[in-house]
Amino acid sequence: MTSPRKNPDPAAIWAILEQVKDPEIPVLSIVDLGIARAVNYSDGGQLEIVISPTYSGCPAMYMLEQQIREILTEHGLPDHIITTRLSPAWTTDWMTEQGRDKLRAYGIAPPEKTSHNKSVLFGGQKKIPCPKCGSDNSEQISEFGSTACKALYRCLDCKEPFDYFKCL
Amino acid sequence: MTEASKNQTLVHYAAQIGDNSLIMGHRMSEWCFHAPSLEMEMALMNCALDLIGQARELYSYAAASDNSDRTEDDFAYLRDEQDFRNALLAELPNGDWGDTIVRLFFISAYNRLFYTALAKSKDSELAAIGAKSLKEVTYHLRFSGEWLIRLGDGTEESHQRVQQSVNNLWMFTGELFTMSEAENALLKDGISVDVATLRADWDQTVSQVFEQATLSIPDNDWAQSGGKTRGHHTEHLGYILADMQFMQRRYPGCEW
Repeated sequence: MTSPRKNPDPAAIWAILEQVKDPEIPVLSIVDLGIARAVNYSDGGQLEIVISPTYSGCPAMYMLEQQIREILTEHGLPDHIITTRLSPAWTTDWMTEQGRDKLRAYGIAPPEKTSHNKSVLFGGQKKIPCPKCGSDNSEQISEFGSTACKALYRCLDCKEPFDYFKCL
Repeated sequence: MTEASKNQTLVHYAAQIGDNSLIMGHRMSEWCFHAPSLEMEMALMNCALDLIGQARELYSYAAASDNSDRTEDDFAYLRDEQDFRNALLAELPNGDWGDTIVRLFFISAYNRLFYTALAKSKDSELAAIGAKSLKEVTYHLRFSGEWLIRLGDGTEESHQRVQQSVNNLWMFTGELFTMSEAENALLKDGISVDVATLRADWDQTVSQVFEQATLSIPDNDWAQSGGKTRGHHTEHLGYILADMQFMQRRYPGCEW
């Protein structure tokens, strides 16, 4: 005998989570960013959403948690738990391809995929393609940008300053 | 060690690491509205945010390991000076831009080695915090190291002033490598980091960057200590706490 299962399919939950956007970069969802890590059901049917913070001090995490709670409740799933998982540590490699395209279209250069020099003390700065004109001829203005996850660059061809979502 | 006393040692250990991050983060945050340029201000605020975020993770873990209803806020807002176990270097006033950069460089060079080692801790939560923090402090090290080179190998005045910052702060670096009671107690189980062994690598990072920055390492090897091991602080910590804790002391449990 099977008990009637009220719990929606994990795929449906993922679709709901897609609607939670990063407050700093509203074109990206927590799924695009790789912040939402897992959707689990316990044996008792308890829904669990696992999230990983981007930066330790990311001020958006608390707000994102609240938004997840609200949207799940709106969809008739008030009984859920949200677990924060630190390990493995979040990396920009978890950002989806779709997320990278959305960032570029929004005017932010997406993070370069993992390179081996990430941990080098003074690894040479890579040339970051300008999200406006595509030119590689860019230079870094500041190691830190408007949020913890961005650095500030400028294109030397089209002269536009732009944000680079830095590699972590 | 009994299970209960081991837990208490773990609470002290996590809080001790958190104290360094919180006090250093608070100091950096004092640059808000005062940095020489907007970009530098954002850089310092981002470093401060990382450090305060790390402190939150460590205090939350300390609170979870403590058999009481204390929370991360109790650790930050309701302890007194002598309960804090941060290194004295973290609580010194910001001074000028050179002092701030030198201090950030010394601490970040230490943090990079420390978190690399903590990431291998037998305690899985500390290991997770270590791996996460490592990514952030590596960035702080690059930022401060590049500035150190720019200042040291810059104009005559910038060289002279930043060398003076180095001379003034040098005697506070030795304390980073002294072992606290909690560190000694947790060493055997592979939970804590043997910070004394980090010294050689730290010296190497410093000499490498100093060489490029044309700065010299002071020959004075006498080290000021007491903050980390005994809670004996400089007069500066009291002012930080007065500033930081006022709201919670005056309006207990206030939230916004």
